[in-house]
Amino acid sequence: MSSLSATIQAVFDEPGCGKNANKSAAERKKGCTKQLQPGGAAGGCAFDGAKIALQPLTDVAHLVHGPIACEGNSWDNRGAKSSGPTLWRTSFTTDINETDIVFGGEKRLYKAIREIIEKYDPPAVFVYQTCLPAMTGDDINAVCKAAAAKFGTPVIPINSPGFVGPKNLGNKLAGEALLDHVIGTVEPEITTPYDINIIGEYNLSGELWQVKPLLDELGIRILSCISGDGRYREVAQSHRAKAAMMVCSKAMINVARKMQERYGIPFFEGSFYGIGDTSDSLREIARLLVERGAPDDILARTEAVIAREEARAWAAIAPYKPRFQGKKVLLITGGVKSWSVVAALQEAGLELVGTSVKKSTKEDKERIKELMGKDAHLIEDMTPREMYKMLKDARADIMLSGGRSQFIALKAAMPWLDINQERHHAYMGYVGMVRLVEEIAKTLFNPVWEQVRRPAPWDVPGDSWQDKAIAQMDAEAAALAADPVAAEAARRSRPVCVCKGVDLGAIEDAIQAHGLATVAEVKGHTNATGGCGACAVRVEEILAAGPALAAAE
Amino acid sequence: MATVTHLKKACTVNPLKMSQPIGGALAFMGLRGSMPLLHGSQGCTSFGLVLFVRHFKEAIPLQTTAMSEVATVLGGYDNVEQAILNIHKRTKPEIIGLCSTGVTETKGDDVEGYIRLVRERHPEVADLPIVYVSTPDFKDAFQDGWAKAVTRMVEALVHRPLPGAVRDRARVNVLPGCHLTPGDLDELRTIIEDFGLRPSFLPDLAGSLDGHIPEEFTPTTIGGIGVDEVADMGTAGWTIAIGEQMRGAGQALHDKTGVPFHLFQRLCGLGPTDDLMMLLSEISGRPVPAKYRRQRGQLVDAMLDGHFHIGGRKLAIGAEPDLLADVGGMLHGMGAQITAAVTTTHSPVLADVDTGEVLIGDLEDLERLAKERACDLLITHSHGRQAAARLGIPFFRMGIPMFDRLGAGHLTMVGYRGARDLIFALSNLVMADGEAHHEPTPDTWRTPHEHGAIGARTEGDIA
Repeated sequence: MSSLSATIQAVFDEPGCGKNANKSAAERKKGCTKQLQPGGAAGGCAFDGAKIALQPLTDVAHLVHGPIACEGNSWDNRGAKSSGPTLWRTSFTTDINETDIVFGGEKRLYKAIREIIEKYDPPAVFVYQTCLPAMTGDDINAVCKAAAAKFGTPVIPINSPGFVGPKNLGNKLAGEALLDHVIGTVEPEITTPYDINIIGEYNLSGELWQVKPLLDELGIRILSCISGDGRYREVAQSHRAKAAMMVCSKAMINVARKMQERYGIPFFEGSFYGIGDTSDSLREIARLLVERGAPDDILARTEAVIAREEARAWAAIAPYKPRFQGKKVLLITGGVKSWSVVAALQEAGLELVGTSVKKSTKEDKERIKELMGKDAHLIEDMTPREMYKMLKDARADIMLSGGRSQFIALKAAMPWLDINQERHHAYMGYVGMVRLVEEIAKTLFNPVWEQVRRPAPWDVPGDSWQDKAIAQMDAEAAALAADPVAAEAARRSRPVCVCKGVDLGAIEDAIQAHGLATVAEVKGHTNATGGCGACAVRVEEILAAGPALAAAE
Repeated sequence: MATVTHLKKACTVNPLKMSQPIGGALAFMGLRGSMPLLHGSQGCTSFGLVLFVRHFKEAIPLQTTAMSEVATVLGGYDNVEQAILNIHKRTKPEIIGLCSTGVTETKGDDVEGYIRLVRERHPEVADLPIVYVSTPDFKDAFQDGWAKAVTRMVEALVHRPLPGAVRDRARVNVLPGCHLTPGDLDELRTIIEDFGLRPSFLPDLAGSLDGHIPEEFTPTTIGGIGVDEVADMGTAGWTIAIGEQMRGAGQALHDKTGVPFHLFQRLCGLGPTDDLMMLLSEISGRPVPAKYRRQRGQLVDAMLDGHFHIGGRKLAIGAEPDLLADVGGMLHGMGAQITAAVTTTHSPVLADVDTGEVLIGDLEDLERLAKERACDLLITHSHGRQAAARLGIPFFRMGIPMFDRLGAGHLTMVGYRGARDLIFALSNLVMADGEAHHEPTPDTWRTPHEHGAIGARTEGDIA
């Protein structure tokens, strides 16, 4: 059993991640996570990430060892669905007080585990460490071990206190806990050549069930889904699967890769968002199973199902195409999800005027350009005001984004649809994509927009705050257009490296003055990319553009 | 009348309580141009942020000092400094409200000292109002965090009136507890203004989180009371504090400025609203406006109509002390029995709740008591939804968080109108439940079949 810091280092050193493999040893040590900025950060913590990753295991008692803030402020707030057990929605916390901090909270934790087992008799208890007991030195590993031995129920320590890093690190630490303590501890009663694992899928809004019927039809068994609608026992026996699909980008890449290493289970990274992606994923599952010895008739059967489902989906979407003619979409979402949704929206005849690429890798960007064409607006970082202006200028008719930016669209009285975790609708697979198109239509053509945009009868035209804001921004834009010096200054002041506070101008100057050619050189001179390293892609682009192109940007 | 008990169990199941720091943060959201800042790891902030976004369905300003493991151990000066400077640079707030959390309290960060040092080193923030409040999340509850933050605002922001300064008799300070919604504050504002008085609410969530369309995009709070107006509160004629939790803030304001204060432990229902009307009438020297005489009649009528449904109900209520006392008291006054009462923290007001025992506990306790005592109406925040489903009894959502229904910010219980509408909503809920689950059937009153009972036909009879 390694220490938490050793585990974190191991997680950072992820050979399965292409981005990580390109880094220097020193960069790798710093990890793949964005450095936190006091007063400028708002993401979830590592504990949050661990809980998100594991809480969808429905028959497990999830016990949070910490003060009331960690659990009391956040419980039962995720949209994952269960087909049976409800225990995962019952909240357990030690709610530690001053005495526990002074004398240690281990006794309370042990008693809490006993109370849970006596009252609820779960197949396993997961114990989540948080900052405060981590700081005072409560050894949850020891307590879990003692409790498991005493009560005969698996008690799994999840060592991911909030202050070790952000949410995505917590996802991976949760994965490590499963690898260390759960996976491979139970043998399945039967195995079939068609057993797969789905890793990193949380069954939000029940969306896995939009795809599962197709797998059922093909005779493919989900031996374990980690962790949506999962059961403890399924995860424990998941090492006997023949193949695995990793969803949700890289959140649990460590689980997929280590299961490949330890148990020889090949995996691929796939998505069930979008019609084409769903078909590709089904094909890949079938291919891997055949590779692992399944009879190869499954390939033809899979193609038949794909052909049937695609035809159905197209037929369902076709009626919307004329209605969507000329309608433009602004898509603000993180990373990989962008291109899988882009393809689907284009399938429905919508025009994409922009998409965010803040978290995207270079490959993601290339793929988006390929899909959307050269004119696509790739948005690095957009202020709420700019987003609003884009919507208002009718360069976009609807915004699809995560919950955070919804108020920009709604306050601007512009159609908006939630496509992140908080959403209430399931958008997976063929039926899910049809559903997404339906929802867009419902939102876009709702007569409510016309009413809420209508000014109050006593308003003076041009006097509303919206009109004023637009006028102000137009005036600023006009001033910049008339004043090339100011425009150049504005262009140069665009931030590139947020962590180290380096703007475009400083980087261009350094490149020109010192004839820099690599990201490492730019970093040496300006410190840009010295934080989380996410802007390295951007710096590469600046280098590639050269002085002339950069000035024209 | 109630005794307060605290169950000894190691594991809290289905918490009713939320943490102190976010209670403090919410109080700071009632200031104009404010940026609440939690001194802790980023998760402390993000959980609070998500909670408030889901409750109010609004963009929420809330920042973090983003303490890492190392920073936590070494002390958080650098993080506090950077956070203040970053917030100042990016969002230009009129005030920063800084709340501590469990980790930084355990380390023992001297945040007051940090703030002094930051001001010395960085002239650009030397005059920026920064109010610090100590809110460790390993003790007390949400309501306590709110109360402490408001007390600190009074201490830090209100100016001591100059000697011989004349009080503005028409000006009234209002210190609302966190159990009041933006809708409650709007109702109170209307009532006070109808007496010709000018109220200053501290904090004023009605101006900032009432769901209005903002004038512009701003990362700080919109609306709310301005720092300048808070500074002037010492010139008011009166202070009205609402809820026992605000006694400390009212007292602090009185001690600093000499403004007399009147504490309303309750403001929901006929009696408390009558008291409010009479106080306002006395302060303003005006008779109670005809509008309220009429509204009073409407409330009385609503109570008469509603008591058929609420009378005899066995209420299970889980709420912070002031909300529990206020709503519980109103319903008790209409014949409901407070059969199971669970709360989050100690308060003198609990002793006056009309029930045998108030438990400081969680929703597991409330669910168990409700089941044992056959309660038939549940009032708590949205997290009661699972318990309500298992108990199969009507469920009315009150308190924070209310994330699975709309209109949390506008649910109103104060004033004649607020109580009237609340009574209607509860009565209708009870009626709907009766129609859905308790319609009589031919078997409703049949004695369960017992062998040999009088009138029971057995096979032997037939033979």
